[in-house]
Amino acid sequence: MKIKKKIPLIDQANKLGFWGGKFGGNYVPETLKKPIEDLEILFDKLKNDKKFIAERDKYFKNWVGTPTRFIKLKNLTNHVGGAQIWSKVVSDANGGAHKIYNATVHCLLAKRSGKKFIIGDTGAGYAGKMLSMAAKKFGLKCKIFMGAKDIARQQPNVKAMKKNGAEVIPVYSGSQTLVDAVSECMRFWVANCDTAAMCVGSTVGPAIFVRICGWSTSQISRELKVQLIDEFGSVPKKLKLYNCVGGGSSSFGFWNEFMDYDKKQCEFIGVEAGGPAKSKKHAAPLTYGSKIGILHGAVQYVNQNSDGQIEETESISAGLDYPGISPLHCFLKDTKRARYTAASDEDALSAYKTVTKFEKLRPSLEPSHAFSVAIKEAKKLSKDTIVVVNSCGDAYKDRGILKKRLGKKYVKSN
Amino acid sequence: MLNPISHAFRKAKQENRAALLTYTVAGDSSKKQSLEILKSISANADILEVGIPHNTPVADGSQIQTSAYRAIKNGIKMNDIFKIIKDFKKSNKNKPIILMGYFNMILQYGEKKFLNKCNSSGVNGLIVVDLPWPENKDFAKKCKKKSIYFIQLLSPTTTKRRLKKIIRDSHPMNYFISMLSTTGGKLKVSPNDILKNYNKIKKIDPKKEIVIGFGITEKTIGKLKSADGLVVGSAICKEISKSLKHRQNPVINVSKLVKKLKSKIL
Ligand SMILES: Cc1ncc(COP(=O)(O)O)c(C=O)c1O
Repeated sequence: MKIKKKIPLIDQANKLGFWGGKFGGNYVPETLKKPIEDLEILFDKLKNDKKFIAERDKYFKNWVGTPTRFIKLKNLTNHVGGAQIWSKVVSDANGGAHKIYNATVHCLLAKRSGKKFIIGDTGAGYAGKMLSMAAKKFGLKCKIFMGAKDIARQQPNVKAMKKNGAEVIPVYSGSQTLVDAVSECMRFWVANCDTAAMCVGSTVGPAIFVRICGWSTSQISRELKVQLIDEFGSVPKKLKLYNCVGGGSSSFGFWNEFMDYDKKQCEFIGVEAGGPAKSKKHAAPLTYGSKIGILHGAVQYVNQNSDGQIEETESISAGLDYPGISPLHCFLKDTKRARYTAASDEDALSAYKTVTKFEKLRPSLEPSHAFSVAIKEAKKLSKDTIVVVNSCGDAYKDRGILKKRLGKKYVKSN
Repeated sequence: MLNPISHAFRKAKQENRAALLTYTVAGDSSKKQSLEILKSISANADILEVGIPHNTPVADGSQIQTSAYRAIKNGIKMNDIFKIIKDFKKSNKNKPIILMGYFNMILQYGEKKFLNKCNSSGVNGLIVVDLPWPENKDFAKKCKKKSIYFIQLLSPTTTKRRLKKIIRDSHPMNYFISMLSTTGGKLKVSPNDILKNYNKIKKIDPKKEIVIGFGITEKTIGKLKSADGLVVGSAICKEISKSLKHRQNPVINVSKLVKKLKSKIL
């Protein structure tokens, strides 16, 4: 299994949609074969269409807001005392997280296909919030599927979705989290694929959704590369890119432009959710050696029992609380291009405390997982090493959890 | 030897009627009870579809999900499912059984081991909901070697070109999904329109048996009786749920329902 150079990773799947001949694919009911094929044809045409790219860039620039900031965390760097710690503040993007890129592109595609209605899943609520924003912007009706447990713990985003006119459908089956929301959304699509477009909220699902999402979030690393060159004159000799990994859309987008660099120069570190320190449950299939299986239409490493039933996960962060992982990351792991590790709930909370103590930055619980590992490793690294953490979400949505776990003083009012 | 599935269709044709196929979830509501249900409905059903419960089903509606979750909660495992079938076959050697499930369960069991176990317990056909053509070509070949029918699913979204290719590669029985829906949805297309679609597909290769499923109930089954076979699933799962809720015996109620279904297609 090998990564090819000079070909975008999203285009390295074989004809049946498998990366490395093994991960991904299209394990879907027959009914979805046609709508998936239609979407493939449309996307493959448009992704090379100059007019479409110009349209995407126009909305990214004027509506999403590009580029998001690239800043040095000076106080944190001094406190940690090792590598230079920087952050790509993707939460600057309209709506407060990277999910806006994929949502925008899916709505543009839906418009092109003549659809008037779009559906999507959400965990942390960001994918849903952004899809509701983009749907409103482009005049599409919108329906969001969200686990009942996540609806309870991510209220600020639920309110935002409703305000944007989306219908939020609570999902009560299984663990009532993201995995069940994705299943319910796919089921709805099976029954309504003649009228509805579907947006999958991360680089998961049937291959075409992995590709569209990865293509969309790659905006992050396109910006970062320019910003690095502006700042340092060239891509630094020792660069380490830390990103939390749920489904894997922010991390993939954060790394994509640097794929062809040697990993000794540009190392990718993915941080999964290890769950509560005392619990056996986790959402870290790559870190804890989960077996290969099929989830939501794609072959991947996934938490499951010996029979093949998908196992329940546990994480303080709704956005990372997913038993599977993008086929792209399975491919990056097996080719050893990226390294994966996990941070526990407690690690993430402690990193959130540290970052907010020293910097004017409030990463949500998802990127706090990445900060936890970055801080620990930066300590042992040389001063000429550039550590960059993707702060891909804002903590406003987590205020309820932060207040409960850390006390009032960690929650600001806006 | 003729696969008992083909035999069942032949017998139904001799009686000038559609074959009746039932779908129940293995282990619903318990291992013992699901075996009893199979035994008692086999008097009226021609072919028994047995569902492998899965907890991330992307094509099942709420009734079958409820049945599946109930079975999983009661501890059903793959080996229990094979045992139920084996026990059933002890007294009903010639009644055809089709296992229906999601591919991950087969993958984790091991394709080869799974097919061997199908053979030794008496499974005659397989429906794998999320293993479409052409992804299923290899596996379908392996099934054929074991004399197990791999049943292809056809949907209203399947293009004509694709229908031809799938049917060309198919085994003697195929399954037409009546409408755009997960299992158990309300019939949103008229039986006449379903039959129109069905007849178009049937023409591609009239020798292949095609059953219709999804959304069929007591009320609609009679209007579709010109098909080779008709599958009723969610309505049965719903009957089990209803019986449990009213503290009635699901075995008796489901048997009555299947008898009634049969009477509507005679
Ligand atoms: C802020 C934030 N970060 C990360 C994630 C995890 O998803 P992914 O790995 O696809 O970026 C989410 C998902 O909801 C999120 O909201």
